[in-house]
Amino acid sequence: MGENLSQPFTDSAMSKDEKIQMEQEKRVQITAFAFMIFITILAFIAVASEAIPYGFAVPFILLLAMVQFFLQMFYFMHLKDKDHGWPNAMMVSGIFLSAPTVISLTILLGEVKF
Amino acid sequence: MADSVDISKGLPPNPEKATLEGQNKFLGFWVFLGGETIMFATFFGTYLGLRGGTADGPTSADVFSLPLVFIMTMILLTSSLTSVLAMFAMKKNNFKALMGWMWVTVLLGAAFLGLEIFEFYEYSVHYGLGYTTSAFASSFYTLVGLHGAHVLFGLGWITTLLVRYRKSGITLTNAPKFYVASLYWHFIDVVWVFIFTVVYLMGVGV
Repeated sequence: MGENLSQPFTDSAMSKDEKIQMEQEKRVQITAFAFMIFITILAFIAVASEAIPYGFAVPFILLLAMVQFFLQMFYFMHLKDKDHGWPNAMMVSGIFLSAPTVISLTILLGEVKF
Repeated sequence: MADSVDISKGLPPNPEKATLEGQNKFLGFWVFLGGETIMFATFFGTYLGLRGGTADGPTSADVFSLPLVFIMTMILLTSSLTSVLAMFAMKKNNFKALMGWMWVTVLLGAAFLGLEIFEFYEYSVHYGLGYTTSAFASSFYTLVGLHGAHVLFGLGWITTLLVRYRKSGITLTNAPKFYVASLYWHFIDVVWVFIFTVVYLMGVGV
């Protein structure tokens, strides 16, 4: 099996429309990246600045982390695209199991004093 | 999904999913990433449970330095973008740009890893935070070290691909391999987002 699978191509089979679409997608991705950098800086400022109380900064930076998580997953890792049904199912089940894992470990271990 | 391909028609728009093997790699890798999520969750949970247990050793607020973590974060985020650009180049059958952006990704990853090693060295030698100093120290080094080990593995993986396929051009055999490696690299970046938030930013204010 596998005829010509290891041979390079001279050009791309992409149609003009597909190329335009890809350039748009690229612009969206770069915008998403700029936004991620922005919220990362925001998170660092929220913690470094004396003016913002710690009790407010923690939920705020956790929210920013969730936003960035979804941006990375949906845009950079293409979970938003069609034909990503199974990848979405895998990540949803991963997160579904992760949440109780983090919470129960935190509470169980935190109750014991070392 | 044939196992043979007509070269004269040009590279398919989604070369990573043009063969059955590529589709299987794609699906299998997402199964792996779902599992990785849970594995990292157990390490995060352990760290969150133990981070208060400093046993009279240095606390997180004593050792963490935000400027260093900020630089590391920016480097890793940028490396995520460069691997996105590499995938766009791959879809356009631009082999040189694919190799170039992937090498940039590797260099940024290596810079990140170097800073992390420097960070661990500082903590253990100058601040006296050894691996066995306290529950906080062990859980911190294990969580962040596991992430660092992932970065190291990713560097080895991508470098191997880059060296092995340095002259081959983009084929339907190597396109899925580059695509999956870039997914892995994004996942490392996603984990780091939670590490810099939960470990470092929440650790300096306590």
